[in-house]
Amino acid sequence: MTTSVDSPLLTVEGLTKRFGTRMACRDIEFSLWPGEVVGVVGESGSGKTTLLGCIAGHVTPTAGRVWFETREGDKVDLAALSESDRRRRLGHDMGFVHQNPRDGLRLDVSAGGNIGEPLMRAGMRHYGAIRGLAAEWLGRVEIDAARIDESPRRFSGGMQQRLQIARNLVTNPRLVLMDEPTGGLDVSVQAKLLDLIRQLVADLGLAVILVTHDLGVARLLAHRLMVMQDGRIVETGLTDQVLDDPHEPYTQLLVSSVLPL
Amino acid sequence: MSASGYNFAYLDEQSKRMIRRALLKAVAVPGYQVPFAGREMPLPYGWGTGGIQVTASIIGRKDRLKVIDQGADDTTNAVSIRKFFARTAGVATTTRTAEASIIQTRHRIPERPLQHGQILVFQVPIPEPLRWLEPRETQTRRMHALADYGAMHLKLYEDIARFGRVTTAYDYPVQVNGRYLMSPSPIPRLDNPKLDRSPALQLFGAGREKRIYAVPPFTSVKSLDFADHPFAVERWSYRCARCGADDSYLDEIVVDDRGGRRFICSDTDYCDSRLQPQATLP
Repeated sequence: MTTSVDSPLLTVEGLTKRFGTRMACRDIEFSLWPGEVVGVVGESGSGKTTLLGCIAGHVTPTAGRVWFETREGDKVDLAALSESDRRRRLGHDMGFVHQNPRDGLRLDVSAGGNIGEPLMRAGMRHYGAIRGLAAEWLGRVEIDAARIDESPRRFSGGMQQRLQIARNLVTNPRLVLMDEPTGGLDVSVQAKLLDLIRQLVADLGLAVILVTHDLGVARLLAHRLMVMQDGRIVETGLTDQVLDDPHEPYTQLLVSSVLPL
Repeated sequence: MSASGYNFAYLDEQSKRMIRRALLKAVAVPGYQVPFAGREMPLPYGWGTGGIQVTASIIGRKDRLKVIDQGADDTTNAVSIRKFFARTAGVATTTRTAEASIIQTRHRIPERPLQHGQILVFQVPIPEPLRWLEPRETQTRRMHALADYGAMHLKLYEDIARFGRVTTAYDYPVQVNGRYLMSPSPIPRLDNPKLDRSPALQLFGAGREKRIYAVPPFTSVKSLDFADHPFAVERWSYRCARCGADDSYLDEIVVDDRGGRRFICSDTDYCDSRLQPQATLP
């Protein structure tokens, strides 16, 4: 383990993604350090999800580089890595929490199986150990361990989302990408989930890229904020600074659009 | 002897060459499913069209063919295929495992250990072991390419979590030569250990799905399991009602209208040879 806080975990350089004539991401540049939570905010269609997809490997960027520092301390360009190399070099260093837990879970498999699957993919072949970890993680995301053999279909939306988070964290990733993790949940459930995410991120020292259009979520979780508009990063800075003293007209509009309670 | 108007062993020589090329590739990459241009055969899919094409491509005039269906030599499928090759190739046939150079089989591996030089040809209905969890062929091929088999263990996990043991009793998935995940065709789990380091060449033909795969002699074939739930074959307290064998796979047969039943060996040749060790069949 030669990773240190001196060097960024992830460095994005000149990332561009074009869908036909439409530019989804234009010349995105930023770095992410270990243990840092960066929020990406902006309206729908501003390129947030495409940016996340480029880093996760779901989308191949048109141009640019995505440097990731592996556990061995080498830097690899995720944009140029083949799928097999990606798996070999990255292992399970990156998690992805989908907005809709149905996209990130297997609904016809028990809760324990859902948490155990990444472990089995990583080569774990001891049933007792897998089950032990699954039970432990159910506890950490505040799901009753007695429901380990139940299908997530019978879980509430908030529980499904917590289960998805457990499934992503069980392999000890260093970077977790979250796409609207609290979208579609009612506010009290959202609050509990945000608490949980904040606590886990702090405990595990995770680096997180959090895509959201909810500025409240961003304020609560993110250390730093990037504001995207029309595929560009228009403003970046510390979360409080961006939200309390926005410089760009678009950010000012965005911040002033939040309905006060 | 053989029927006129047909090429030797029914298939034309070009088709046989195409299938042999697929077979060579399959042997070179154990467990990998090689696509091939499966031909129409004079029997419906599901009756062994894949196995027949493989047998037709490898059989020679000096071969002696045995065909079994669920272990038995005397069931419809086995009798028709044996007669098919007797007529179209004029080759000698046998029901004795020890005398056969090629054994085409459906759903069983003979009880009697196979010898080096023998070839076992399996009829395969569904060659893709990942099909139950991923219906798209593009995705399963990708999973094979990346050796992404973790999800397969998920099925075992679910079984143990729910029933305390793995309940898959046939078509139990195996990993060949430490690489490719393979469906052993619907043989009972009891037969799985016979695949491992078998001295015989094992060829698998799926006619409907048009896939061929192979396990070369002395290749490791490991049934999926967990370290703390190792793979094990089932054991019964029954013995064969005919020959008394306690180590063979048994068929349950209803013998009267009052629910009476007997268990006898599914491998007819094994059962017969235990009853009459010296007998020579005509």
